Amino acid sequence: MNAPVLSAEARELALAGMGASRLRKEDARFIQGKGNYVDDIKMPGMLHMDIVRSPIAHGRIVKINKEAALAIPGVHAVLTADDLKPLKLHWMPTLAGDVAAVLADEKVHFQMQEVAIVIADDRYIAADAVEAVEVEYEELPVVLDPYAALQPGAPVIRDDLAGKTEGAHGKRDHHNHIFTWDAGDKSAADAAFDKAEVSVSQHMYYPRVHPCPLETCGCVASFDPIKGDLTTFITSQAPHIVRTVVSMLSGIPESKVRIVSPDIGGGFGNKVPIYPGYVCAIVASIVLGRPVKWVEDRIENISSTGFARDYHMDGELAATADGKITGLRVNVVADHGAFDACADPTKFPAGMFHIVSGSYDIPAAHASVKGVYTNKAPGGVAYRCSFRVTEAVYLIERMVDVLAQKLGMDKAEIRAKNFIKKEQFPYRSAFGFDFDSGDYQTALDKVLEAVDYKGLRAEQATKRADPNSPTLMGIGLVTFTEVVGAGPSKICDILGVGMFDSCEIRIHPTGSAIARMGTITQGQGHQTTYAQIIATELGIPSEVIQVEEGDTSTAPYGLGTYGSRSTPVAGAAIALAARKIHAKARKIAAHMLEVNENDLDWEVDRFKVKGDDSKFKTMADVAWQAYHQPPDGLEPGLEAVHYYDPPNFTFPFGIYLCVVDIDRATGETKVRRFYALDDCGTRINPMIIEGQIHGGLTEGFAVAMGQQMPFDAQGNLLGNTLMDYFLPTFVETPHWETDHTVTPSPHHPLGAKGVAESPHVGSIPTFTSAVVDAFSHLGVTHLDMPHNAFRTWKALREHGAAL
Amino acid sequence: MTKKLITVFVNGKKEEKAVEPRTLLIHFLREELNLTGAHIGCETSHCGVCTVDIDGQSVKSCTHLAIQCDGSEVLTVEGLANKGVLHAVQEGFYKEHGLQCGFCTPGMLMRAYRFLQENPNPSEDEIRHGMSGNLCRCTGYQNIIKAVQYAAKKLQEPVAA
Repeated sequence: MNAPVLSAEARELALAGMGASRLRKEDARFIQGKGNYVDDIKMPGMLHMDIVRSPIAHGRIVKINKEAALAIPGVHAVLTADDLKPLKLHWMPTLAGDVAAVLADEKVHFQMQEVAIVIADDRYIAADAVEAVEVEYEELPVVLDPYAALQPGAPVIRDDLAGKTEGAHGKRDHHNHIFTWDAGDKSAADAAFDKAEVSVSQHMYYPRVHPCPLETCGCVASFDPIKGDLTTFITSQAPHIVRTVVSMLSGIPESKVRIVSPDIGGGFGNKVPIYPGYVCAIVASIVLGRPVKWVEDRIENISSTGFARDYHMDGELAATADGKITGLRVNVVADHGAFDACADPTKFPAGMFHIVSGSYDIPAAHASVKGVYTNKAPGGVAYRCSFRVTEAVYLIERMVDVLAQKLGMDKAEIRAKNFIKKEQFPYRSAFGFDFDSGDYQTALDKVLEAVDYKGLRAEQATKRADPNSPTLMGIGLVTFTEVVGAGPSKICDILGVGMFDSCEIRIHPTGSAIARMGTITQGQGHQTTYAQIIATELGIPSEVIQVEEGDTSTAPYGLGTYGSRSTPVAGAAIALAARKIHAKARKIAAHMLEVNENDLDWEVDRFKVKGDDSKFKTMADVAWQAYHQPPDGLEPGLEAVHYYDPPNFTFPFGIYLCVVDIDRATGETKVRRFYALDDCGTRINPMIIEGQIHGGLTEGFAVAMGQQMPFDAQGNLLGNTLMDYFLPTFVETPHWETDHTVTPSPHHPLGAKGVAESPHVGSIPTFTSAVVDAFSHLGVTHLDMPHNAFRTWKALREHGAAL
Repeated sequence: MTKKLITVFVNGKKEEKAVEPRTLLIHFLREELNLTGAHIGCETSHCGVCTVDIDGQSVKSCTHLAIQCDGSEVLTVEGLANKGVLHAVQEGFYKEHGLQCGFCTPGMLMRAYRFLQENPNPSEDEIRHGMSGNLCRCTGYQNIIKAVQYAAKKLQEPVAA
């Protein structure tokens, strides 16, 4: 008896391919406690490493006494920079073209800098030994403010750079100056300001914050002294780059280095850099010939690993009297801490900051960013954003609000007036970015209607008219464009390796498949969504497609997951690898059906002979044939590898609106409503997209409303535990409303643009826009983050609005 | 350091082990018993990724000594499913996309498990307050609330004969 014939629609549904809200493949292990994170890994004979850190922010190391520590039973070694010197491993290159101390070499540059490591039988003994290492310091003057750091008599932070006037990004004109980077056309921008009918300027500080994933950083390094192989399990968002760097540093051939990113407990940019702790654990394993585990604690994580932002920004807009923007100028002083360890593509020391022209058609623009050393921890990672895009979007969205206020225009109206119009795409910005696609007006109209914008403004007017109103009401609006999917290897590289990504797909004889990628999921659900792409491309149910990532010994080389690059870059590699297989499958199907390739139509999961639905071969039929009896002239097997070098970035956008009510007595801000419309092009799994947006909005809320890393005058970080550093709980996190439009990317094989970072990038200025809007009738144009109750209460007092 | 013999009933199994008095429960579970479901996130009782159930109460095991559990019954995420059948909270997290990186999930599940016994039919606001000792950086909590609501509903369904 024949099996029932399923319609094409039913068969497509059964694939759970692109567009399906498929439940996650990853979840089964996580909900049963069977995840495999770095700290879960145990190896026979494994030792534990802990780190002796500097209690002061700047000083010379006079003496280190290891004796008491070495006398503790169970302690195997105490290593300092002097021990690493013979191996030339006491300094290491950073991703930004600078060097960073692996262990402090003669001096310490920031509080909590790595000074020595101890290796012991277990983590308790290691912690005891850390306490027993005696380090004597001679304190030096501390400089924490980047403007002060550039003064002529400022303390010299980097003795190792004495006399070096040329940095990785051009000339250095001061001992604490790292680089000055310019983009755009300064004379054109100056001319626009000379002719401007109206101009506005605003200084704003984007605070130093930390991505703070719930899993801290760590690794298990295992060197096999007999085979000469090094295996390292590591919390890395980019394991292949780690392999290349480890090989370069250690001299072990890359073929004998295996880096594995197992399950990762959140990254958000924090797990892109290569930290001294990793290098030390690897060295310790090589020296001792035993596996060594290092997992940092929360204080170490916040104090010493990749922070984000710390940008002091001055923005200026020139415009006509009726609100058409004619020019943009931006000057930034960027606090990079003691080593330039920003995680950016090599040629972009301020990342993609030049997306700062936003969603607007601005004819003339110039931006300048000056990087400066201070006595703070190094970093400058992208905290859930493409490189420095968050800072740029914050600046332009704030400036447009400031201009609207000056002109007495509505913030929606001024945006609509300056949007890059739908028909202008592809659009080249004044900074040279080629925006791929967009339809901002349609999206804006949709949001304004959904929230009844006019009604909200009327309500606000009523509240403002009432002197006894217990709250100030504010409406925030942001219409942002991101640049993600780095990137074309002709301009984007990390340590010289182009920022392509890769995919290998193998179809097994019985029609199931395995795919391996150069990216690594940290919660984004790649094992689910990548399978959906293949399911749609090849007509194989996503349920039987296994996705593996993170093991450099099996995965093709890729640049990893950050900067919303997985879908734009690896997603394209998947589609194109699948299409190579599809082309071969068509040849095999034609052979099986004894027709010409051109006489076949593809339908969901099968090749059909044109005009005869009864003659077809499914992809599973083809797979069997490929291994059983391939046609003459074709290799057996059905697999492909594709390395995708994107022709351009992608430019997702969004329209966010937020309503806040600020308590005039306490300064507490309640987010009454947050409406987020995102356009990430083609949508692969709407359920996962929505989850990513919820998470990004919550991280944006954290940054805008509470996160900061304050230092005292001696350089002590005052908020490095979860007692002080704000992570929103269930209680303060707002309810999110999500919406979307779909404007596919014309240059991406699937039309997808990437999504996970948009909600973070877009929401932060929306909160500030809403809080400032609540004060705008009092003449306030800007308030710096974080908008916590105390700071907002002070603003209420200052402007006579406190109850 | 002198060790002390303790007896703990973990996921229904009697465990007799000699531990240092300073050993934290989370290390005892993860390193002595190889139960790596509960994680370590902050060491200050704030994030809740180490949450387990001790004698009918949610406890953050990163600030609890193993010897404090001598004679106690401890339930961890590994003991939540019954003979291969997922508990309603586990099913809820799966169906409602209540997790992303999975690091907070074991603690969240253990808190949800206990919370729904304290309050079997909670409002959204009660869930937000009752679960607020557990942090998540990925989900923004919205789908976790749906997951808890899913589990609350399922737990109140009459058991099939």
